[in-house]
Amino acid sequence: MYQPDSFDHAFLAHRCAQFRSQVAQRLSGALTEEEFRPLRLMNGLYLQLHAYMLRVAIPYGTLSARQMRALADLAERWDRGYGHFTTRQNIQFNWIALSQTPDIMDHLAQAGLHAVQTSGNTIRNVTTDPFAGAAADEIEDPRPIAELIRQWSTDHPEFQFLPRKFKIAVSASPADRAITRAHDIGLRLVRNDADETGIEVSVGGGLGRTPMLGQVLVPFAAKADLIAWLEAVLHVYNLLGRRDNKYKARLKIAVREMGIDDFRARVKERFQQIRAAYHGAGLGLLARIEHFFTPPPRTEKPLGACEAALASDPRFARWARNNTAPHKRADHAIVIIPLKSPGAVPGDASAGQMRLMADLAERHSHGELRVTQSQNIVLPHVHRADLPALHAALARAGLAAANAGLASDIIACPGLDYCALATARSIPVAQDIARRVEALKIEHEIGPLSIKISGCINACAHHHLGEIGILGLDRAGAENYQITLGGQAEAPARLGERAGPGFPADEITDAVERLLLGYLALRTDAEESFAACYRRLGPAPFRSLLYPDAERGKHPRHAA
Amino acid sequence: MPRAFRPSILTANDLLTGAAVYLSRDGSWTRDIAAARLLEDEARAGAALAAAEAMHGEIVAPFLAPVDPATLSPLATRDMIRARGPFTLPRARKAGTRKPARQQEPRHVSA
Repeated sequence: MYQPDSFDHAFLAHRCAQFRSQVAQRLSGALTEEEFRPLRLMNGLYLQLHAYMLRVAIPYGTLSARQMRALADLAERWDRGYGHFTTRQNIQFNWIALSQTPDIMDHLAQAGLHAVQTSGNTIRNVTTDPFAGAAADEIEDPRPIAELIRQWSTDHPEFQFLPRKFKIAVSASPADRAITRAHDIGLRLVRNDADETGIEVSVGGGLGRTPMLGQVLVPFAAKADLIAWLEAVLHVYNLLGRRDNKYKARLKIAVREMGIDDFRARVKERFQQIRAAYHGAGLGLLARIEHFFTPPPRTEKPLGACEAALASDPRFARWARNNTAPHKRADHAIVIIPLKSPGAVPGDASAGQMRLMADLAERHSHGELRVTQSQNIVLPHVHRADLPALHAALARAGLAAANAGLASDIIACPGLDYCALATARSIPVAQDIARRVEALKIEHEIGPLSIKISGCINACAHHHLGEIGILGLDRAGAENYQITLGGQAEAPARLGERAGPGFPADEITDAVERLLLGYLALRTDAEESFAACYRRLGPAPFRSLLYPDAERGKHPRHAA
Repeated sequence: MPRAFRPSILTANDLLTGAAVYLSRDGSWTRDIAAARLLEDEARAGAALAAAEAMHGEIVAPFLAPVDPATLSPLATRDMIRARGPFTLPRARKAGTRKPARQQEPRHVSA
């Protein structure tokens, strides 16, 4: 893992002292709320419905056991004993008092953590594959590139006041678990015919009210040119992005309005101007960063006990089959810990659970944890011999639900229970659907299926990328839930299509149940995913499942 | 066309804690919505809001929340949730709980 150096520590200490002074000025009345708001947002502090919310950055989703414990301490000392892991690989604390934030920032800094650039119109925390450095299918570990981008983008003077927020994701496997095409800039490490590694740069992706997938700007950029390409894209966007209308201010709108070819021409022009100054800049730094991401030392352990448990303990076998992913080393596994026991709040972990996961990371995963875009936690380097002990420890803490990637592994934003922007609740809907799925006992028969629920059009839960996406809206004062179908997060990413009229809160779980049972009858076999089935058959049979009354003439409204 | 004025209470967030607070009948800010002052007159409500907006300490982001005049219950779902807190708490139910609606019914007997 990357270890912060003296520069990082000095920067964080300076930011903490600066923020302490800003909070003091706000509390004394020297700063008005209007003056203070952009300052607190630069430090990840939002005002929500019931309290301040602090969004802590987890750079590219990688946490040490010590850092996870620091988050647990924060939850207990300054919040209500839990935190909410997000689809941006961050964590949010929902019950923060402004007066205590300077102490919280100091506490985070001691563990090398912070909330810098987790809000505001700037380059946000860079995200990557939660399996990075461990995945069997990756070209190389994408985190050194992500760390390079973190260092380059942190406090970058030219890009602190962009037209709108700006998100960069990096991945290095064909599965693209970082969903790069849904970001302002997506970077995919790729190999060319000469077996050299380069970077495919895509631009203009994003979800929200105008969902779009990114388009390729440069199919194969040299690593030596990466920073120059990033600077060029940001520079052009900074000038072109609309500042008159926040709903049209994202890069995706600029790219759509001008067309990818014209946008590319402008970026190339800027790239040529700055390339000489930047060429190779960062390569030396990248080499130093790569030293921090060397694979953990190899250990040899006998696998007999694990094999025996797989044969004799069906509960363990199901967990091991469903909640692990292939590791680079055949005798290791990537273990997913879903924060999704049916009925739980998606993404929430108590301080006790965080500490347990930190302990288990130290015992079984070389002290490392990851946060996933699905709001789960990953132990990236677990020897398969350790799986039975790990499963037993997780089961004792209620963290061994064998549902990673299944229908009850639902992604949900905080929604109207917490969020000032939300138009409808999302967590209770997720809880209700998860309980229904559990009661029906069909999710293992269904297999992998993604349900994603956003409580407003800003799409924090990526509902457009759900095979079943749910968007909560306010319709004349009542919560109403619109369904999108056929989305897909894994490569090739696809945006779901709106199915038709929305459902009131007390009908949405029934509607999802009809979709799940109907899909089982419609699919060719267990290998055909929901998204693939939807693509093969088109929307008509799924609309019939959702709106059975419409066919009998009771429901005059047709799908939009 | 501007929406017709409805009887409202004046609410904001406490500067220090961010908690939802209400302008009370005695003119102070309170966490207790039952103690909120009912503003039935549009001009007086507007004046109260303007005065709150001019405050630079104590409270943040004041606004008028329409309520049922008889009960002071907010009419908008958002304002109702601000008043009562989230409908969910972490791990409120154990995994595997089924048919929650049926289990909850007996608890809904009104006092």
